[in-house]
Amino acid sequence: MTLLISFLSGLIFGLGLIVSGMTNPAKVIGFLDVFGKWDPSLAFVMMGAILVGFFAFRYTKKTHKTLLGETAHLPTGHQIDRPLLLGAALFGIGWGMAGYCPGPALTSLLSGGIKPFIFTASMVVGMMIFHRTHQS
Amino acid sequence: MSIDTINFTPVASLAGGVMIGIATAILILFSGRIAGISNILGGVVRFSETRQNQWRIFFLAGLILAPWVYGLFFALPVAEVELDNLGLVVAGLLVGYGTRLGSGCTSGHGVCGLSRLSIRSLVATLVFMTTGVITVYLMHH
Repeated sequence: MTLLISFLSGLIFGLGLIVSGMTNPAKVIGFLDVFGKWDPSLAFVMMGAILVGFFAFRYTKKTHKTLLGETAHLPTGHQIDRPLLLGAALFGIGWGMAGYCPGPALTSLLSGGIKPFIFTASMVVGMMIFHRTHQS
Repeated sequence: MSIDTINFTPVASLAGGVMIGIATAILILFSGRIAGISNILGGVVRFSETRQNQWRIFFLAGLILAPWVYGLFFALPVAEVELDNLGLVVAGLLVGYGTRLGSGCTSGHGVCGLSRLSIRSLVATLVFMTTGVITVYLMHH
């Protein structure tokens, strides 16, 4: 049951990325290009997602349970520390360079030719480098 | 600043955003998990805690198969990647390493974090948007 829900969630997430236009890196770069010809589309994607997500998380924050009565795994971190800031800064540079963040990169694997493959493979290597250097 | 009226897609982007919100809501309401792509992928490529990874693999399968399902009904939209292959390698490394160090990406911090009204995620989102804007400015102007 949980696995089916995970699959459906991933599928709807991916379809949402395609419908919203976010699988096109040029469109993401258009959003970040605030000093050029600015395409505000990505802000509308975030608004639409948060509009729905807000109510779901409000429920979960109150009950700490899923609708099936299981414990929900909400993030517990609150601290704004060096790793958060440095990590977000590095991510933003890579995002601005390619116009891909992790979700759209994965959703482009089947349809986008060789380029999303190169990006995704390199992204996985970047994650593995992190895991190697920050073993806990 | 001027608005790019030719490429701006408010309705489609809002609709796609609502779908992403629904996907996020399904995962937290029924599975109690956060739809943060970098954390889900990061968990899988750690190759440990195999039982914990099952739901992650199924989520990623849905995400990866989405264009195939979409393609059954509609023509897939075009994707334009300007960056050369070497640039993509560098960008990929930065995104992979950075999202793990900063514990999230556009989905985990941007969508889920802001939906939870998390200050930590708001700060992360402002930081990656700022460095993204600076990077695009330096590369295109």
